Amino acid sequence: MELESMYQEIILEHYRRPLHAGLREPFDAQVQHVNPTCGDEVTLRVTLKDADGEPVLADVSYETLGCSISQASASVMADMIIGKTVGEAMAISEEFLRLMQSRGTAEPDESVLGDAVAFEGVSKYPARIKCALLSWMAWKDATARALDECAGAAPAVMRTGAGPDGDREQE
Amino acid sequence: MTAQREMTTREPAGGAPLDVEAIRADFPILGRAVRGGNHLIYLDSGATSQKPRVVLDAERDFYTIRNAAAHRGAHLLGEEATDAYENARARIAAFLHAEPGEIIFTKSATEAVNLVAYAMSNAATAGPQAHRFAVGPGDEVLITEAEHHANLVPWQQLCERTGATLRWFGVRPDGRLNLADAGELITSRTKLVAVTHQSNVTGVVPPVAEIAAAAHEQGALVLADGAQSVPHQPVDVTRLGADFLVFSGHKMLGPSGIGVLWGRRELLEAMPPFITGGSMIEVVRMEGSTFLPPPERFEAGVPAAAQAVGLAAACDYLDALGMPEVAAHEAALTAHAIEALSGIGGLRILGPLDTEHRGGAVSFVLDGIHPHDVGQVLDELGIAVRTGHHCAWPLHRALGAQSSTRATFYVYNTHDEVDALADGIRQAQKFFGSESSGAA
Repeated sequence: MELESMYQEIILEHYRRPLHAGLREPFDAQVQHVNPTCGDEVTLRVTLKDADGEPVLADVSYETLGCSISQASASVMADMIIGKTVGEAMAISEEFLRLMQSRGTAEPDESVLGDAVAFEGVSKYPARIKCALLSWMAWKDATARALDECAGAAPAVMRTGAGPDGDREQE
Repeated sequence: MTAQREMTTREPAGGAPLDVEAIRADFPILGRAVRGGNHLIYLDSGATSQKPRVVLDAERDFYTIRNAAAHRGAHLLGEEATDAYENARARIAAFLHAEPGEIIFTKSATEAVNLVAYAMSNAATAGPQAHRFAVGPGDEVLITEAEHHANLVPWQQLCERTGATLRWFGVRPDGRLNLADAGELITSRTKLVAVTHQSNVTGVVPPVAEIAAAAHEQGALVLADGAQSVPHQPVDVTRLGADFLVFSGHKMLGPSGIGVLWGRRELLEAMPPFITGGSMIEVVRMEGSTFLPPPERFEAGVPAAAQAVGLAAACDYLDALGMPEVAAHEAALTAHAIEALSGIGGLRILGPLDTEHRGGAVSFVLDGIHPHDVGQVLDELGIAVRTGHHCAWPLHRALGAQSSTRATFYVYNTHDEVDALADGIRQAQKFFGSESSGAA
């Protein structure tokens, strides 16, 4: 059944027992992103800390209202990027975006994506790609704001894709 | 259709049941395979209906043998295209018991609502005859919480542009309008009441005639959104009570890109235009222009003649089946669906649990499973449904649902398909639910 290629066991596991869920204090920036086609929502907070002059994601906390794909994606993302530098997390995010836009043709790099490779099957279903990208887009937006907050100015790359709609990235 | 009067157990008394097998043979798309090699079970006609061969042929014939810009050109094709377009207008008028001159072609029901809303804001500067359409501070536009965004956002925007106030009827927990405070909501300040004639989420058919009578007593205009009613029940504009009715072709077996605004003739005569340009003018000078009477006044640009012709063919097809019979068929499917779905644990139907003043949209929420996930499992089984808020976000909020899964029925749907839907929902529960409890 094709269904299992989308709902891989890793995804169902994260959906049933989401990691790092809930909104926590303190935080540097909070955003709320909505998928306007279905009304799914994510509220996401980012806390940065300075590690030898480089911003590190001290915490990413979130609350989601959405389908299994969007909830699992938030869980996988938080688990992968907490503790990483913003640069490292951004590289993962770019790789994930590439995977999701591949329509099932990409060969995902598991060394970069970890559990997020499980979303490969989702990329074959255009209607669900936004579900998987919702929290990543929220994270990029929140991180850009947190960097603005902390450092006064964010690198230009941080400003792309910061919107409620994952497809904005393609514009 | 046969004249046979024999009733099946699920067909209500009154009309001959539709010969669904014969109808299905008219719809080429129903023969195709979908995911996993399954045959298609199309339960999303509320979003757009499928098209019978006669509609496809009518559109194709127009392009093949008559194509020209209607109302232009001194040549034979121009004449034939114009005749085809105007005959389509007359055919659609007859479908609604209206006059041809009261039928305005738009590109969609959405555009038809916007046409009236923009005509109302244009009325402020359109001279004394347009006075009754003008709204401003102190005036009110009354809508309902059950509206599709297409009959909601244009009125919000009208109020924002003009300073008028937007008010609305709330909905009761069963999705029916709360009309208890009608006396307080419909007042001399009310300039227009816009109300759905059949909800695209709950299937509720509000008492439009009753609301219109109260509105008319206060001098207000009434617009009914017929996008979900005109395709599914007999609609007679002489008995509807409303002043305007909007609907779209693609939800009633017709092509996309064509919609209709029906309006009472004397109102259309006085109403200023929305979209201006070619073919809606009388005389154009550099200093100013005058406009044609309706319907041309509201149809700027080269019209979508092939689509109008396709919609007329859809009216022929529906009338041959008989709209009362279409409505009875859908009522039977809806009753079956309500019964079958009510037996599923953890499932809540948004809307009334009877078929009284209720059309064939059955939306539901399922404990612990998001509509996207339900829809995905159903899609895997070849069952096409709609998931999300169905462009009725405030209604979902009012009914305590973030989003829902919706099945909608039409002439080609069968009782077996309703059973397949119920089975599919159980499979979704098994896929997510039982695995979940096993892991917990």
